[in-house]
Amino acid sequence: MTVRQDTPQAPAATVRATVVAGPAGPATSTGPAGGASSAGLAARASGMARRVRDGAAVVRWYVRQVMGDDAYATYAAHQRAVHPGCDVITEREFWRRRHAEQDANPGSRCC
Amino acid sequence: MTTDTRAARNAAPDDPAIVQDPSLPPTAVPEEKARTRWTPQKIALWAAISLLGGVAWVMLAVVRGETVNAIWFVFAAVCTYLIGYRFYSKVIERYITRPDDRRATPAEVREDGKDYVPTDRHVLFGHHFAAIAGAGPLVGPVLAAQMGYLPGTIWIIVGVVLAGAVQDYLVLFFSMRRGGRTIGQMARQELGRVGGTAAIVASLLIMIIIVAILALVVVNALGESPWGVFSVSMTIPIALFMGVYLRYIRPGKITEVSVIGFALLLAAIVGGGWIADTAWGAELFHLDRTTIAVGVIVYGFVAAVLPVWLLLAPRDYLSTFMKVGVIVVLAVAVVVVRPEITVPAISEFASGETGPVVSGALFPFLFVTIACGALSGFHALIASGTTPKLVEKERQTRFIGYGGMLMESFVAIMALVAAISIDRGIYFAMNSSAAATGGTVEGAVAFVNGLGLMGVNLTPDMLSSTAAAVGEPSIVSRTGGAPTLALGLAHIMQQVVGGTAMMGFWYHFAIMFEALFILTAVDAGTRVARFMLQDTLGNVAPRFRDVTWRPGVWLCTAIMVAGWGSILYLGVTDPLGGINTFFPLFGIANQLLAAIALAVVLAIVAKRGRSYQRWLWIVAAPLAFTAVITIWASIEKIFSPVPAVGYWANHNAFKDALAAGETSFGTAGSVEAMEAVVRNTFVQGTLSIVFVVLAIVVIVASVLVTTKALRAGGGENHEDAPVPSRRFAPSDVVATAAEKEIQKEWAALSPEKRPAATGHR
Repeated sequence: MTVRQDTPQAPAATVRATVVAGPAGPATSTGPAGGASSAGLAARASGMARRVRDGAAVVRWYVRQVMGDDAYATYAAHQRAVHPGCDVITEREFWRRRHAEQDANPGSRCC
Repeated sequence: MTTDTRAARNAAPDDPAIVQDPSLPPTAVPEEKARTRWTPQKIALWAAISLLGGVAWVMLAVVRGETVNAIWFVFAAVCTYLIGYRFYSKVIERYITRPDDRRATPAEVREDGKDYVPTDRHVLFGHHFAAIAGAGPLVGPVLAAQMGYLPGTIWIIVGVVLAGAVQDYLVLFFSMRRGGRTIGQMARQELGRVGGTAAIVASLLIMIIIVAILALVVVNALGESPWGVFSVSMTIPIALFMGVYLRYIRPGKITEVSVIGFALLLAAIVGGGWIADTAWGAELFHLDRTTIAVGVIVYGFVAAVLPVWLLLAPRDYLSTFMKVGVIVVLAVAVVVVRPEITVPAISEFASGETGPVVSGALFPFLFVTIACGALSGFHALIASGTTPKLVEKERQTRFIGYGGMLMESFVAIMALVAAISIDRGIYFAMNSSAAATGGTVEGAVAFVNGLGLMGVNLTPDMLSSTAAAVGEPSIVSRTGGAPTLALGLAHIMQQVVGGTAMMGFWYHFAIMFEALFILTAVDAGTRVARFMLQDTLGNVAPRFRDVTWRPGVWLCTAIMVAGWGSILYLGVTDPLGGINTFFPLFGIANQLLAAIALAVVLAIVAKRGRSYQRWLWIVAAPLAFTAVITIWASIEKIFSPVPAVGYWANHNAFKDALAAGETSFGTAGSVEAMEAVVRNTFVQGTLSIVFVVLAIVVIVASVLVTTKALRAGGGENHEDAPVPSRRFAPSDVVATAAEKEIQKEWAALSPEKRPAATGHR
């Protein structure tokens, strides 16, 4: 079955985690299924299990991205890559500053 | 692949300013590969979609049997959206926007890891949708259902394809080409000082009226409802808890705290049911509308001066979480349950002017009653600003802008289906104002049966048993749309989960999420309006620009809250009903903002040059339509001699009656009430005049600028200078074969060859 061979790449191809990859570009994308690739040529059952796991990883990655859980990771990755000499602020400090900016410059929400 | 062929593929003969790095794989799909090859399978697929959509429209519009199944609404909507997205939005892309993926987006050029981040298109779609969709598409279609299901359905589906989604897409694209400038800034730049200033003043006023009417919807939903008051009040401590949790306990764990918050919300709904059942609970949380309005006004002020992290941000997370969840659940439930709809396609009130829910004839009032879902000017504020700073590749704006609005339209259709799935007699009993029904079951039965509607025979038992099923003391005159939608949703959901025993839960679940969306919009709207006022006052007294100067913040917040709060108070105490007289102002305001946004876009497109001007009708048609509709509606509101429609006609009628020494007139039973009507109609009439004058100024400015550009064959280009892109990503929902090939090339690039960041500005 060709499907099984494609599986490790499939989620990464449909939903690419380019945000986490930061400025190095999409070529370094770590797809949501990045960790799940050791199944090899196992039985069909394990292929199914992996597909379910990959699917769950995609959903988890998507929810975290949309809700904003990964905002700090994105920022930290950007800072390390672009400003290697500088200290990266802590996650606590990052959110403090972010909310202070929202206080100073409010954004709209729609009806 | 050799460097030479790469350079050849990346060469840009038509635009020498964009020279790609020859050592990189392509950053855009080459023109010849981007063209669709029409295979027999593809043709068959689109023929099938068209056929299904056509059949669905025939079922809705032509067959019109005794009943119509809700599934046809889903098919008609989805098939039309697919066709609009696949064909019309591509026409706009090819002839109006002409995105160029070889150009870097602001997110790439100014990438800073925070405000400018190239974001995965699916994620940004989610962000954008959560920002544009709120209570609006859930309310308008419910009120417009008094005209029958067909006019609203046609306007929502056709309107979004030809107008609403076009506006969102174009504003997003042109704002992106300008580094994420807001619609106000673009108006000033493109239309000159007069047009630009009028646009900014109009958006400030419109923001205030929209916040006021949304708050009125919440107040009406919670009035005399102990269960609703308790569970919605509980959102405040829940949000505070989430805020503290995120700040001090586990920063950044947003999904985690949202799940906890969601569980607490469900507990608050269940707990509300128990508490409303007790004697002390029913007494303590049974508040009249005036008290709740005062509460919302005080809340609005406090919420807008509290730090963002404490209340606004956590509630925003919660409402994003609920928004996506609820909409998916509602769509699945409609498809699973497929309710039979007995409402007529076009009702008795479509032609007349005396509909009890909102007054005025179908033309033009249908088109202002349903704003969000078909064409929403407010989106122009969202589509310019945040979203354009996060777009990864230019071509993705079609999916995010046009596609995001189609999604909102689908929400509006689902709301319409939910509202018309309930009994028509109950619908009118809930949505006719207390001035008409007297607020009693007997009064409502007499009024609704007296309307002479086909097939409607309301009994007192229907009203009292429905109220008991949803755990409310009464459902008579629960105007504003939210309670009707909640009842419809409860009616559908209980068939999937829980049965009739769960109706109360589902009803209050719906009230809760609508209140959550609205309170977030009220809070955010107050903050934005305050910020705009501070900026304006800063021209005179520079200290107001300092956003950390608390007295300035408090003063400006108080002014803005007083603005929407006074309109809310008038609406709540209006002897004529409230929603039926004030809601048209909301729709007119929103559509005028759309007219302003489209007017700005019209000028931009005309200035792009001759080859664009041939396609100007794509913008001009929706602009002309919304301009005609809103100006016509405003003129009716100002000049109509029918008191139910014209604000000034009503104003003068009540004034004359007072002068004649009468002590009751129409539905106003006392001199005091008559004076209230005189005052309210004065405010409404004045606002109508101000809105329409401002909109006409903006449209005239735009037409002048556009005419000049047409004569000159183009105009000044205010876009940021093009910068070559150094990244690639597919543009649509699913990557094409050509896009996958390029992605493989990027994936194969060795790490040391990968480009460093493009850096900061």
